[in-house]
Amino acid sequence: MPGLAVSTTINGDDVEFLCQAEETLLDVLRDRLGLTGAKEGCGTGDCGACSVIVDGRLVCSCLVLGAEADGSRIETIEGMADGETLHPLQSKFLEHAALQCGVCTPGFLIAAKDLLARNPDPTEEEIRFGLAGNLCRCTGYDKIVRAVQDAARTMKGV
Amino acid sequence: MGFDASYTAQKFKSVGSRPVRPDGVDKVTGRARFGADFNMPGQLVGRILRSPHAHAKIKKIDTSRAEKLKGVKAVITAADLPDLTDGNAEMYDILDNCMARGKALYDGHAVAAVAAVDAQVARKALKLIKVDYKVLPHVTDVDEAVKPKAPLLHKDMFTGGVDPKPTKPSNIANRSQYGHGDIEKGFEQADVIIERSYKTEQTHQGYIEPHACVASVNADGSGDLWVCTQGHFVYRQHCAELLGLDVSKLRVTSSEIGGGFGGKTHVWAEPVALALSRKAGRPVKLVMTREDVFRASGPTSATSIDVKIGARKDGTITAASATLRYSGGPYSGMWAELGAMTAFACYDLKNVRSVGYEVVVNRPKTAAYRAPSAPMAAFAVESAVDELAHQIGMDPVKFRIKNAAKEGSKSSYGPVYGPIGIGPTLEAVKKHPHMKAPLGKNQGRGMACGFWFNFGGQTCTDLNIGADGTVTLAVGTVDVGGSRASLSLVAAEELGIPYSQVKAVVADTATLGYNDMTDGSRGTFSSSMATISAARNAIEVMKERAARMWEIPVENVIWENGQAKAKGKKYGNLPQLSVKDIAAAAGNTGGPIAGHSEIVADGAGVSFATHICDVEVDPETGATKVLRYTVVQDAGKAVHPTYVEGQYQGGAAQGIGWALNEEYIYGEDGRLQNAGFLDYRIPVCSDLPMIDTQILEIPNPNHPYGIRGVGETSIVPPLAAIANAVSNAVGVRMTHIPMSPPRILAALDGETAD
Amino acid sequence: MHYARPNSLKDAISLLAEAKGKAFVLAGGSDLLVRMKSGHVEPDLIVDIKKIDGLDEIRKTANGFRIGAAVPCAAMGEAAALKKAWPGVVEAANLIGSKQVQGRCTIVGNLCNASPAADSVPALAAAGAKAVIAGPKRKRTIAVEKVVTAPGRTSLGKGEIVEAVLLDKRPARSGDAYLRFIPRTEMDIAVVSAGVSLTLDAKGVVKAARVALGAVAPTVLLVTPAAKAIVGTKLEDAALDKLAAACSAACSPIDDKRGTVEFRTKVAGVLAKRAARIAYKRAGGK
Repeated sequence: MPGLAVSTTINGDDVEFLCQAEETLLDVLRDRLGLTGAKEGCGTGDCGACSVIVDGRLVCSCLVLGAEADGSRIETIEGMADGETLHPLQSKFLEHAALQCGVCTPGFLIAAKDLLARNPDPTEEEIRFGLAGNLCRCTGYDKIVRAVQDAARTMKGV
Repeated sequence: MGFDASYTAQKFKSVGSRPVRPDGVDKVTGRARFGADFNMPGQLVGRILRSPHAHAKIKKIDTSRAEKLKGVKAVITAADLPDLTDGNAEMYDILDNCMARGKALYDGHAVAAVAAVDAQVARKALKLIKVDYKVLPHVTDVDEAVKPKAPLLHKDMFTGGVDPKPTKPSNIANRSQYGHGDIEKGFEQADVIIERSYKTEQTHQGYIEPHACVASVNADGSGDLWVCTQGHFVYRQHCAELLGLDVSKLRVTSSEIGGGFGGKTHVWAEPVALALSRKAGRPVKLVMTREDVFRASGPTSATSIDVKIGARKDGTITAASATLRYSGGPYSGMWAELGAMTAFACYDLKNVRSVGYEVVVNRPKTAAYRAPSAPMAAFAVESAVDELAHQIGMDPVKFRIKNAAKEGSKSSYGPVYGPIGIGPTLEAVKKHPHMKAPLGKNQGRGMACGFWFNFGGQTCTDLNIGADGTVTLAVGTVDVGGSRASLSLVAAEELGIPYSQVKAVVADTATLGYNDMTDGSRGTFSSSMATISAARNAIEVMKERAARMWEIPVENVIWENGQAKAKGKKYGNLPQLSVKDIAAAAGNTGGPIAGHSEIVADGAGVSFATHICDVEVDPETGATKVLRYTVVQDAGKAVHPTYVEGQYQGGAAQGIGWALNEEYIYGEDGRLQNAGFLDYRIPVCSDLPMIDTQILEIPNPNHPYGIRGVGETSIVPPLAAIANAVSNAVGVRMTHIPMSPPRILAALDGETAD
Repeated sequence: MHYARPNSLKDAISLLAEAKGKAFVLAGGSDLLVRMKSGHVEPDLIVDIKKIDGLDEIRKTANGFRIGAAVPCAAMGEAAALKKAWPGVVEAANLIGSKQVQGRCTIVGNLCNASPAADSVPALAAAGAKAVIAGPKRKRTIAVEKVVTAPGRTSLGKGEIVEAVLLDKRPARSGDAYLRFIPRTEMDIAVVSAGVSLTLDAKGVVKAARVALGAVAPTVLLVTPAAKAIVGTKLEDAALDKLAAACSAACSPIDDKRGTVEFRTKVAGVLAKRAARIAYKRAGGK
């Protein structure tokens, strides 16, 4: 079956690709575009490791078809840093040791970025419920929450 | 060079600090490469066909239609994996688990596999494989499996450890026993006896990264395996053995690992990927789906444990006994034995006996899960201890302090303890503000102790000094949680140089000598020992080079604060030489400078923990909220305190999930019903509070810095701490883990806990 | 498998009506893609409705609200007027899945997926919501509870598609609430759920009520005796107990990996009581 032609913008760059109808956006990012930052932890939208932002909305890329991304603006972990300069969330995750094995980290960073964009001054509870779609098995979430709280303060200029 | 591993008290410059980890930036930018992030040119997609039956004879497998499908490059069954195990029962079980040989032993057992040009073709090909099963009666419950009329998994399984050997086969693979003293006499001396039975359901390590590998076998018998693993040397050994490859010709590179917790210490689909590659003549990428991970990797045992403990009115335990039945999946293992060993390890007992029964069931092959077998035994014993303390009218912490093991105590599993942390953690808990915080309506507090042995094992390390004076440390223990940072601190400490000048990497199997896996909390313990040894060797080399540069006898050279110094009146005013200085001149003084170490790290040092937990239980629904959690654990010496905290918090979180919601749910048909993260419920961010930690440091006398393993003990107390908290909150003793809302509600409603 | 993304409802309907094999509507995809991956469904055609004009809008009309079939649940939570008028419906919609799922899933998808445990359905049923169905021959509007006929089954004919959900204008002194029981604090499928919508008279006495239960029967249950038990009351304990008992009596749940019969039956009553209290407070009752 000939592939479907899809045009998108990914991390600010124009990207075109061909994909089969049943390929997910996650498949496309990882296997066709070499953007392996988003991970497949479950394939069913239950773990958040594949989180990306599509047209300003946080989504699980394993539940979006590649074809659906036509005309969309996509943000992945690869675009989070500004060249050499890490995003405050990335720095704070490192500072607070908010990662151990690191496989869930790209998903958390994208989800936290979306959370703080919508709610720049979240309470601990709001952070916890806002990140409930991202599973971590290593940290127990404590240092992740602290990193997000600290990043929020930094980004507010406090 | 002899290496003296004994502890010497010292002031640390690097060890104990909290720098950012070296592999961190790659992980926060998405650049780090995990198992599924690697590709080889020309690679095929591998997929496995799995049995939908819990127990079935495989009469025939017809792969002809799958082989003919366009895009399919290889199809394999057990026929493509000849038995080269030569009577090694453990290896045979591994082989059989990778690909069923004649019998499917659990829902999910691999029966065939394909390699195809893409996932779509692979999926179609699997559907075209025709397997002729004869379904057999199955048994999935650990108590059902020991009943006389239970369906038999292996006609040739006669319980080991029993004398005389049984005449009839059964599902009990082994019996083990530990303890000392006279328990009958001990119980006669008791004023109060608690006797109860407990059950824990099967759980999975729940790592977020599914097993993934890229395998490539060439016609000349050499091979490459990129894989997420806790032990690339072990994987190399096992894969080479099973496939008949030369060990030295199989190069295994460990990717970054997305969680393991013991589950990635065994091979699962890797030999299959290699066999597919060999047959297809092309690399094969095989990634397990999440469903495959639950159905066909290595969860824990499910258990059924009877405990009897007696004490005098003054709180002294006079006797303690336990019978522990652990499920091992379809093959024999040592899980019940570990449970029997750890059950009473926290206490100083005159009369103690624990008997373990290893039971086979039609479930996936049990693997290690962070302090394997200890959490379940601790749940049973610490629940009974709590009840006993309550009946005697004694505070649960004071009761444990009274009976805690100490230096010189004979442990329940045999060895005599050196200096240990159980007493100190209990004293710390007694003083902790958490214990004094007021409790509200429907709230309860529980505490519990836990123990883990920690292991040493074979470890190799290479420390190379670059021409610019920076240091590369090649270790063979896979970094699961930041050990590269910790080991860099250790190297920096020994050499006397800044942490920023050390880079630690995990070497592959072709470039470093054998290393045991990262398990048993041995990663930092043993690799740090090897690092210290390698660093001391490198220092000796550097002293010699300095001597040569100064043209003085080497006996007059000392190493201090990262510099070679000439000592004595005659040479004392020679300028110091830094690592950089010596390295820059290396070409003229004898060549590249390195320190190596190949050791068996011994004396890992047992570690103890005491946890406190507050919960609130909704009496109308059984829903439990964890309000507050505190971990107090002995680390010996915390190399990087932030990472030690992280281990404490991570283990506690896994224990909380295990205690409240995680379990394998099987249907009457023997099939796993919740093989996904939706219905296998691990804690989410909003389920947990902040987890407070307190690191105690009672030095391990068998390590230069006093380091003990830390990664595992923290999963041991939570099941009991939470069970004690819930039991106190609802006023009913909980005996079945997980304490899911239906179980709590049933207990509240006075029905027997299911 | 074919993927189509028509620009008009008319085109979508033709595609579905004329499809030779198995055709599915794609809005959020959080149910469809999961079912595809597990092998439960093997679509020949997927019709993506997200580019159809008007389907991604929440419109305030003279009669109330019209929520298009392509509106993600997250957007419902951001619509202030909708949230104010029907807080129970919005909170139900916002409980589906995670934040990531919220960015995609739709209440129409949730309804048409026809799971007995769907979160939005008890709240919609209690609110008296209606579904606007467009098809090859005509448009029809029916109560949402009539859309689902059995687990995984709807009353939609070939080529028919729900294009919107309608909610009435909120009468004065009214409130609704939705509660569900899950073992964790997020992410789970409802074990049992209750949606309650109330209208009070000037004295704070309940004059109209609708009580709906989810995950305790093959389809959503509208429990008339439970509603009757609280009409004419101010939700005194005795009235609430009657409500709870009626709910428990109306249940016919199953034992499954998410809950037992006993648990669902008991907790249905507990949740209905709690939801009624919240709805009452929102309606201005004290």
